[in-house]
Amino acid sequence: MTNYIPVLIIIIFAFLIAALIVGASSILGHKISKKTKLDTYECGMKTIGPTRMKMNIRYYLTAMLFLIFDIEVMFLYPWALVTGNLGMFGFLEMLVFVIILLVGYVYVWKKGALEWE
Amino acid sequence: MVVQIPEMDFGWIVPEIAMTVFAAVALLLTLFRKKNSTWLFVEAMPLVGAIVALYFTFQTWNGNIDIFNNLYTIDNFGVFFKGLSLVILILVTLLSYRYIDREDMARGEYYSLLMFGTLGMMIMVSSNNFITIFIGLEVMSISIYILAGLMGGNAKSVEASLKYFLLGAFATAFLLYGIALIYGTTGMLDIREIAGYVNSGNFMVTPTFMAGLALLIVGFGFKTASVPFHMWTPDVYEGAPTSITAYMATGVKAAAFAAFLRVLFTAFHPFLSGWTYMLWILAVATMTLGNITALKQDDVKRMLAYSSIAHAGYILIALTVGDRTLSSTVLYYLLVYSFMTIGAFAVVIILGRQGSPNTGIESYAGLAGRHPVIAAVMAVFLFSMAGIPPLAGFMGKFYVLTDAIRGGYYWLAIIGVLNSVVAAYYYLRVVMYMYFKEPEAEIGAPDVSIGSTLAIAISVVVVFYLGIFPRLFLMIAHTSSAIFM
Repeated sequence: MTNYIPVLIIIIFAFLIAALIVGASSILGHKISKKTKLDTYECGMKTIGPTRMKMNIRYYLTAMLFLIFDIEVMFLYPWALVTGNLGMFGFLEMLVFVIILLVGYVYVWKKGALEWE
Repeated sequence: MVVQIPEMDFGWIVPEIAMTVFAAVALLLTLFRKKNSTWLFVEAMPLVGAIVALYFTFQTWNGNIDIFNNLYTIDNFGVFFKGLSLVILILVTLLSYRYIDREDMARGEYYSLLMFGTLGMMIMVSSNNFITIFIGLEVMSISIYILAGLMGGNAKSVEASLKYFLLGAFATAFLLYGIALIYGTTGMLDIREIAGYVNSGNFMVTPTFMAGLALLIVGFGFKTASVPFHMWTPDVYEGAPTSITAYMATGVKAAAFAAFLRVLFTAFHPFLSGWTYMLWILAVATMTLGNITALKQDDVKRMLAYSSIAHAGYILIALTVGDRTLSSTVLYYLLVYSFMTIGAFAVVIILGRQGSPNTGIESYAGLAGRHPVIAAVMAVFLFSMAGIPPLAGFMGKFYVLTDAIRGGYYWLAIIGVLNSVVAAYYYLRVVMYMYFKEPEAEIGAPDVSIGSTLAIAISVVVVFYLGIFPRLFLMIAHTSSAIFM
């Protein structure tokens, strides 16, 4: 239990310092209230039209596919580090993993999820 | 340092490997299939895959070995439930052939996901470690989330999928949090090691441990559709494609109960007093709410959804008793329940047509006059669910209630019996509509195919067989659950 006391102290200090800084600037600082100041952007042009734009759903699809394959490729890095020690068995295991990935990739490709039309 | 992985271990998981390979091949075959091709390779994959996997699963009977550093275990309990999920896969595939053509669902994805779902169940029921259970559960659940929404154009199906996914994600989070808390207090993820710890003198009941246990029960309670974690069930069962509803009501429930049983009866059994009262409440709430709400349903599919909740309640009775020597009851009940449920959903499928599922109870009016055989088999399944001898449902209920009496849970037994009486009303109501009502609307000829006929025939035979000669399968269930003793 005593191991956690430093953590507690850090938490208390974090709150104290944050409260101190925010409190001090709010008490000591200037206060200018204008409409422009409260705008979303203080500089640049005025926005034209609604800011919620329609995005093509393909962005999400591509992003999702990228994420999946990216994370799966991540597994290759630790494997590459120790592959010498793993021997043939480790190589075959990774081959199986990559083949399973490949099935997914072929599926995505043939289904046309990678085409931008 | 060379990492040692005993390569013999792979010999024990041939069924799982077979499932994976067949699922992947089915997926690839659809991609390269020409339009309007009449080759049925993709359709054959789940059947061939299930039969191959069944063969290799039975080879591992009496294997009793822990593999992959105790992450995975091959024992008769696992073999029983692997066999059950594979048989369920076969029956659901048979049901699906005509149905998914009729509803125009994506075929390759459908069969492939069915197989991946079954793979998840197989992993889940033979895990000896919380992390492996979790992986199995996720493989199963994610497949089902997609399958539930595969009727693309149908808003209800998409709604079912989304609902199931969102709530399922929450339930998974609960389960994981439970696992994390258990790990935090015991420092172990291995189920048998936890049992050893709970049995030892070092064990102290801490609030963290209790919270972990309760969260685990919440997570499994969700997957088994127990009250009060059942909210998703009626909507999801109603909206999902009927074949998938049958799959969810049987396969998912059986696998979730199997993992639940293994966790409770292995890891936490020495700490029986800590959880039986929770399950007691869960069992009573599940039975009562399931049955009473089912009374009000005019949609047969929805009624079957509530009835599946009620059946989960009966199974929970057997879990509540917590007697390891009686755990075969749960296995037997799940076996019986799977066949009668698939049979009933099969009848619902063949009465539907494209665009009009005909699941309202009025569609069943006068069915006996027009299609006596269909009405008769539906009556068999409903009588079995109501628990009328000599059908299998009676034996299942009989053993569950006997367990309760033997364990000294008299009130639980009484509530169970009263619930059966209530349940008889809504099952017999459908029978009454079929036999004693004049047809109100023309629903057209039933959409019977060879596949669905075969599935219904198998279910009817098994329901009679298990009801009249329960001994053989009771012995098998008993041998399978011997791992807990």
